[in-house]
Amino acid sequence: MIEIKDLHKSYAIGKSSLHVLKGINISIKEGELVAIMGSSGSGKSTLLNILGMLDVAEEGTYTLDGVEIKDLNETKAAKYRNKFLGFVFQSFNLINYKTAIENVALPLYYQKVPRKERHKKAMQYLTKVGLADWSGHLPSELSGGQKQRIAIARALAAQPKVLLADEPTGALDSTTSYEVMQLIQEINDEGKTILVVTHEDDIAQMCKRIVLLKDGLIIEDKEVNQIRASDHV
Amino acid sequence: MFNRDSWQEIFETISKNKLRTFLSGFTVALGIFIFVILFGFGNGLKNSFKEFFVDDATNIFRLFPGRTNIPYNGFKSGRSIEFDNSDMEAIEKSFGYQIDYITPRIERNYTVKYKNTSNNYGLRAVAPGHQKAEKTILMKGRYINNEDVKNKTKYVVIGRLVEIDLFDGEDALGKYVGIGKRSFKVVGVFQDDGGDNEERFVYVPYTTNQLIEKNTDKLGQIIVAFNPAIGYKGAMQFDEDLMNFMRKRHDIHPLDESGIFIRNVAEKLEENQQFGSILQMVVTFVGLGTLIAGIIGISNIMIYVVKERTKELGIRKAIGASPRSVILMILQESIFITTAAGYFGLFSGIFLLNSLGDTLDDYFIKNPYINMGTAVFATIILIVFGAIAGYVPARRAARIKPIVALRDE
Repeated sequence: MIEIKDLHKSYAIGKSSLHVLKGINISIKEGELVAIMGSSGSGKSTLLNILGMLDVAEEGTYTLDGVEIKDLNETKAAKYRNKFLGFVFQSFNLINYKTAIENVALPLYYQKVPRKERHKKAMQYLTKVGLADWSGHLPSELSGGQKQRIAIARALAAQPKVLLADEPTGALDSTTSYEVMQLIQEINDEGKTILVVTHEDDIAQMCKRIVLLKDGLIIEDKEVNQIRASDHV
Repeated sequence: MFNRDSWQEIFETISKNKLRTFLSGFTVALGIFIFVILFGFGNGLKNSFKEFFVDDATNIFRLFPGRTNIPYNGFKSGRSIEFDNSDMEAIEKSFGYQIDYITPRIERNYTVKYKNTSNNYGLRAVAPGHQKAEKTILMKGRYINNEDVKNKTKYVVIGRLVEIDLFDGEDALGKYVGIGKRSFKVVGVFQDDGGDNEERFVYVPYTTNQLIEKNTDKLGQIIVAFNPAIGYKGAMQFDEDLMNFMRKRHDIHPLDESGIFIRNVAEKLEENQQFGSILQMVVTFVGLGTLIAGIIGISNIMIYVVKERTKELGIRKAIGASPRSVILMILQESIFITTAAGYFGLFSGIFLLNSLGDTLDDYFIKNPYINMGTAVFATIILIVFGAIAGYVPARRAARIKPIVALRDE
């Protein structure tokens, strides 16, 4: 599903430049649930941003579902993001004046899905994350866990190939974190490829594979025995 | 862009961000409203000015007889000049196509009497052309006509205030009034924009007056209206030619300034028009200033709006909105709000102007109005600039990488 070869990225800081990614090679197959770990400054967020086409690499190739991602301009990137990717952010990033169901339906609006169908699909995904009863509520009326589940529903609604989660549990307490991870595991069980950036070991243990970054290089890449989040709830 | 779906998206955004919508709408509505009001007041000021200075027809010369100053052709100086009917005929004959109409005006004072009420009024013995020269407006009946002049009828046209003074609410039309020792039938009642004094005159055929005054053929002054087609230069030339022609007829020395006077309204008109155009410039300047203030207002609001939405735009882009769709959304929204608010301001401004009517006459603002074309043009200008003011920050926001926009708090 994802092929990355010899990926480099550096940021200019004043006159000097900071080499953040120093040649990343990774291959992720369909249906995997991968945790990307590392201390801050290890380059894990940069990697996720490049994978999510929110940022571009300087060197190396990136192939997503057989399509080589290159020469990205904003319009093209928007199209690919809409088609291939679903995002889940640490701070949820819901649109605060739209209700839960409108937030979930928004990616479908950009896919030009007709209004009624949009609504139907959005409801379907809200039901999936267990928040059908909250469809008419604004984000400000929801708890953190509920917000993140809405965000996951929104990411799923576009039917992406890959789900990218950047510290999805970073703003949640451990009980709520496990609930969210349980949802992510369930989605993965259905075959969706998911990448999770985290620095919490217990969250990483709930994935199937852990990739450890340090100073812009992958220093460890191992399969783990998945701990089911449902055991903790 | 203009499908039902994107409109629905925009209406949702508008209705859920009431303060923002109100702020941008209010700026535009207020801008247009003030523009309409100020422009209307300016026009009202111009109307007052017109009323003061441009009451009478502007294409006329008034010829007054005077007294000679220089001996000439065997005549001594100090001789009084008088016009008579032959002068008028000669002018008409010699200057045919340059003349629009010509009328004498003999002025007298008479006691006018109806039943037991009487009063002193100015009498003007005239020809039908005089109505145009004075811009006399008939309220009822008719003016002196050519038949009256030919038949020397004892008909009179009286001013509105004469009717009020003498008839005490009765309809004057068809009644007989006493003028001096003779009885005249009222055939018309007029009003005049020139003020109360203008409405206290009575008009009779000049021939009738000549008949009463022992069948004389003398005229007081002669009013010549030139054909407007000859233009300002043509009028000046006509003025000179007419003067020379009349001096020759009455044996006045060509350099004698006091034998005959010509008052040329066209000359005064030029001055008045200059003053009027300065007034127009002031009005335009005030209007432009208001418009610019409005444009600055809407620009600031648009920049604020886009800034406030940076994060939302980042989210939209992260889930697949193209930069183009982001720009279009902001533009469509801003154009919709400014258009709706602009026309609201426009029509409430026009409504206020109309309902003011003549209540501000005391402040020299008479009948304030705004040309619909000007008002709509101003509104469109504001909409266009609102769109441009929205486009620039929207384009910038659309270019920001979503990852940067998402960090914006």
